[in-house]
Amino acid sequence: MQELDPTVFVIVFIEMLGPALFWLLVAGIIVTTLAFFWVLIRDRGLYSKRFVRSEIIGLFGGAFAIGFMQYITNSGFRDIGGPIDWVLVIAIFAAGAIGTTLLAYTVWSVVGGRKPEPDAA
Amino acid sequence: MGEHAARSAADRRRFMKLMAAAVAGLGGGAFFYGPGRSSVAAVRTSARIVIAGAGAAGLTAASQLADRLEGASITLIDPREAHLYQPGFTLIAAGLKSPGYAVSTTAEYVRRGVDWVQEGVAEIDPDGNRVVTSSGRSIAYDYLIVATGAELNYQGIEGMDVSLIGQHGIGSVYASPQAARTTFETMSAFAERGGVGLFGRPATEMKCAGAPLKYTFITDDILRRRGNRDKAELHYLAPQGSLFSVPIVAEKVRMLYADRGVETHFQHNLTAIDPGRQRATYATPTGTVEMDYDYITIVPPMRAIAAVRNSPLPWPTGPWGEQGWMEVDRDCMRHLRYPNVFGVGDVAGVPKGKTAASVKWHVPVAVDHIVADIGGTTSDAVFNGYTSCPLITRIGRAMLIEFDYDDNLVQSFPGIVAPLEELWVSWVMKETALKPTYLAMLRGQA
Ligand SMILES: Cc1cc2nc3c(=O)[nH]c(=O)nc-3n(C[C@H](O)[C@H](O)[C@H](O)COP(=O)(O)OP(=O)(O)OC[C@H]3O[C@@H](n4cnc5c(N)ncnc54)[C@H](O)[C@@H]3O)c2cc1C
Repeated sequence: MQELDPTVFVIVFIEMLGPALFWLLVAGIIVTTLAFFWVLIRDRGLYSKRFVRSEIIGLFGGAFAIGFMQYITNSGFRDIGGPIDWVLVIAIFAAGAIGTTLLAYTVWSVVGGRKPEPDAA
Repeated sequence: MGEHAARSAADRRRFMKLMAAAVAGLGGGAFFYGPGRSSVAAVRTSARIVIAGAGAAGLTAASQLADRLEGASITLIDPREAHLYQPGFTLIAAGLKSPGYAVSTTAEYVRRGVDWVQEGVAEIDPDGNRVVTSSGRSIAYDYLIVATGAELNYQGIEGMDVSLIGQHGIGSVYASPQAARTTFETMSAFAERGGVGLFGRPATEMKCAGAPLKYTFITDDILRRRGNRDKAELHYLAPQGSLFSVPIVAEKVRMLYADRGVETHFQHNLTAIDPGRQRATYATPTGTVEMDYDYITIVPPMRAIAAVRNSPLPWPTGPWGEQGWMEVDRDCMRHLRYPNVFGVGDVAGVPKGKTAASVKWHVPVAVDHIVADIGGTTSDAVFNGYTSCPLITRIGRAMLIEFDYDDNLVQSFPGIVAPLEELWVSWVMKETALKPTYLAMLRGQA
């Protein structure tokens, strides 16, 4: 009789963040993802120099995500108790890092313009 | 292939679930699981269903019935305007949340189509199929759900009164969100000065049996954080012969208390308190014992409310009878003598869990039986006694403990989130996911 209903996750998230913030976040993720692909198509590929720099910003994003989680839960690294806690830390870092990298790259590419053509260099 | 493939598929599914939970920072424990919402069409009926008490169990029952029935008259009776998220009291008493964290309104969870009579239930007459409210109004029912929770009987301790919380070194997390805050201030002053701290639980059944254990751990942690642990002596006194009703959990807590330096006393029942002299009196098998304290956290004896105690609904004999808990079938929450009456939540006289986590499982089972009765079918929904308790062992860590009627540990994430292990993930869950899950439960969405 135990089932995990995925809609429960969504409902719990809405309850946690409030509907406005939740849908804003969902919209933000969708817009960023779409814009990222639009930039990829526009530039006919990844502008690797820009992406590497975005990844560096992403590292900060990952660290921020961990710090934020610890802040809202009144806890810290001293509370890591078992392997699953490390999995959670890594997962939070990864989510924060990937999100920030994509966001940074996308914003930069939209604002900063196209990847320079190789022959123009 | 075969078994191996099936197993790795199951592992993969489990892993995916965990990742979903972990990324979300949740890791929800079985509080997230549900008995599976039924997607069958609503049953048409004109049945009158009365729900006494609009707390965790009453509101959840009303929402689920509203989903599953069409045309029924569903009436909630409860005088209380505020809704209290009681599991939050512990976090307030730890100084981590403000009293407002646990307070919302009853009205926001009452579904459209459900009537809310804002009065107390004064009398329950199951032979006449009616309840009488505090204003003397008689309300007839075809089905009755009693969900009036547990009454805190502070008077059961001689010399104790709710108004003493916050004075003379007395704390009590249970009384209200404000009392939980005052308890934090009192405990915090103790954590500065040190001295003797007394903790414990009542001899009666109680809601959230883990709560006094948690508060002892939290006090120990705060003393340590302030560098004052060596100035304080902590004692945990229980009327029972063990720290927890589930033996494997009791053993684990015994070890943790030994590690933290909490001294344990069994067969000690708090019977009186002398606030002026800061002295507590305990009944023990060998006579009374007096203990002086600088700080004490009191968990009052608990019983059913008067309207239930004075009705024919409690168990006729034994301690559950004396405390007034309802005589219900532990498998389906149906009253053993009045088949159209159900008892859910803390008021039910069943072994174990008086917790919100149990409410999540009591209610759909009871509702399924009522809907089946109305539709002229039978229900095979069974409640196995599941309950859970994120047992905080310090600020930042908790043990996820889930068990059933038979003292078996139940595991939501077997092989992934270990039970009986002090983990950050379990704490994160308690802090972030439990309240939203609870509120979604009231709305009938989880
Ligand atoms: C300090 C503390 C910590 C807890 N921690 C946890 C935890 O970590 N996890 C967990 O799962 N559970 C926890 N719980 C337990 C959980 O809060 C309860 O088990 C749950 O609220 C039970 O729901 P209920 O509907 O039976 O009772 P309640 O939610 O208490 O509701 C009872 C309702 O009945 C109403 N009522 C009373 N008298 C009358 C009357 N005469 N007429 C009409 N209505 C009446 C009240 O106004 C109230 O609204 C904790 C509880 C406390 C106090």
